[in-house]
Amino acid sequence: MSTQNVVAELLKSIGVNPDHPFGDDVARIQVHQNHVVGIHLIPGLKVEADETKDGIAAHLLVEEGAVLKKPVHICFGVLPEEGLQHIQLNIDIRQDSKASILAHCTFPNAKQVEHVMDAQITVGPRAHYAYFERHVHGPYGGVQVIPNAKIVVHEGAEFSTEFELIKGRAGTIKFDYEAECRARSILEMTARINGRENDIIVIQETAHLIGEAARGALTSHIALRDSARAEVFNTLTANAPRARGHVDCKEIVVGQAVAKAVPIVEVMHPTAHVTHEAAIGSVDSKQLQTLLARGLDEEEATDLIIEGLLSKKTAFSSTLPLS
Amino acid sequence: MGILEISHVTLRLDGRPILNDLSLDLWEGHVHAIIGPNGAGKSTLASTIMGLPGYTQYEGDILLDGESLKGIPVHERARRGITLAWQEPARFEGLPVQRFITAGAKDKTRKHAAEALETLGLEPQKYLGRSVDKTLSGGERKRVELASILAMDPRIVLMDEPDSGIDVEALEKIFEALKQLKERGVTVVLITHSLTVLDRADHAFLMCHGTLLDKGNVEKIGGYFRNKCLPCDHINRPQKEEIQ
Repeated sequence: MSTQNVVAELLKSIGVNPDHPFGDDVARIQVHQNHVVGIHLIPGLKVEADETKDGIAAHLLVEEGAVLKKPVHICFGVLPEEGLQHIQLNIDIRQDSKASILAHCTFPNAKQVEHVMDAQITVGPRAHYAYFERHVHGPYGGVQVIPNAKIVVHEGAEFSTEFELIKGRAGTIKFDYEAECRARSILEMTARINGRENDIIVIQETAHLIGEAARGALTSHIALRDSARAEVFNTLTANAPRARGHVDCKEIVVGQAVAKAVPIVEVMHPTAHVTHEAAIGSVDSKQLQTLLARGLDEEEATDLIIEGLLSKKTAFSSTLPLS
Repeated sequence: MGILEISHVTLRLDGRPILNDLSLDLWEGHVHAIIGPNGAGKSTLASTIMGLPGYTQYEGDILLDGESLKGIPVHERARRGITLAWQEPARFEGLPVQRFITAGAKDKTRKHAAEALETLGLEPQKYLGRSVDKTLSGGERKRVELASILAMDPRIVLMDEPDSGIDVEALEKIFEALKQLKERGVTVVLITHSLTVLDRADHAFLMCHGTLLDKGNVEKIGGYFRNKCLPCDHINRPQKEEIQ
């Protein structure tokens, strides 16, 4: 398949018309397996990408003070049924800059595909960086997604990351993000995942609020059907004055699915404050009865309740043209 | 003409009778009030008519258009035109108002949802994109729930304590929706212990201890409730002579 056709197929798989993809003012990077098949940069953004044996190693830099008005579009994909894609990503958002990324990871035909990401993310002082990652998986459940990220959010910076996998089979997802938040920084980590059949979801999110008045929120909303399983380990530590944190884990379990949540909250300063809420169980009976009383059967009502839980977007993603 | 007949219904919860050999007829297109003190069994009656889980094992019968509802599940009762507005409506995290309002409606369009919201005095531009969650006040959720009921075009609406937890302005909007339901020929049952709500009905039933004490026009039942029930010192233990 030609490079042009590969790009077209990647875009089609994520619902973008390849004939009218993006304007010139939208930066984009498209990677298929271990090939960079499309790249377009704009002022303020620098990208160096090297193809490796099984993926790419990329350095993405947003220059000091640069403001990227439109989200950078990144697409990682594997179109064949089998393959390994290992992404090594170094993201450097320099001080006083502002950037956002809309990323699609697409594996529409996967029967045995492994997608591994190792990322280092640095959000410089007073910089703003928002990252939204939507996964598009096929119906076979043959995808393993293993993202790992080490994140540093510097003084006065804001960083939000959101992982969404709602359509298609999750397969196996094991992600491990760890963030360090310096003074007056804001961190938001959100995951919304729909698991079914024998999908396995393991989420490990950790944030350390080490700077004065740092704020962090870890949110996981997961729906599980059939015999899917999920384990969520959210850890939030606060050892600085006036640090504030919140952990929110909600899991809806239907059928034989199994969910586990382990929120760890550690506060080591008398003026820091961290809260957590976890709710795991079947569909809320009052919600269910309300929809039954509107004429939906139990399956339709359950689907609608889950759709609501999983579609709750963050301030950033609610501004994106995602539909 | 009778649309729904409650015939000698007795329902026990944890072995305790909550509805006691209760019989009453609802007339099509009328606004009925069921008034009584707390614990009289009014909400239990609404749940039993709706067929909610835990309220299905009753003696006697409930007939819609002369046909028994025994064994008919909630969603099927709703599809036959019966629905319920809760005293405290549920929250649905992340579920957009439009999706919620049109959930049970044949017409799923934004226009249909907007019309229903407008009837309840809520600006569509302000509400359609929001979620039915904790960002809506109790009164807003109550009005959004009623909008969802208007949108589904039901035949019988059971409204449990429509004035609970809302301000005067919101209550007026709910009464406007009630007027519209009546104009459409919908049968409404107001479950209440409020004389203000009772005043909006065409006809009233007085309940105490799961039993029908009296029925008739609103003035008569309202007067009895005000003079006898409110000062009563044997609430839900009606004396023999009080039972009809």
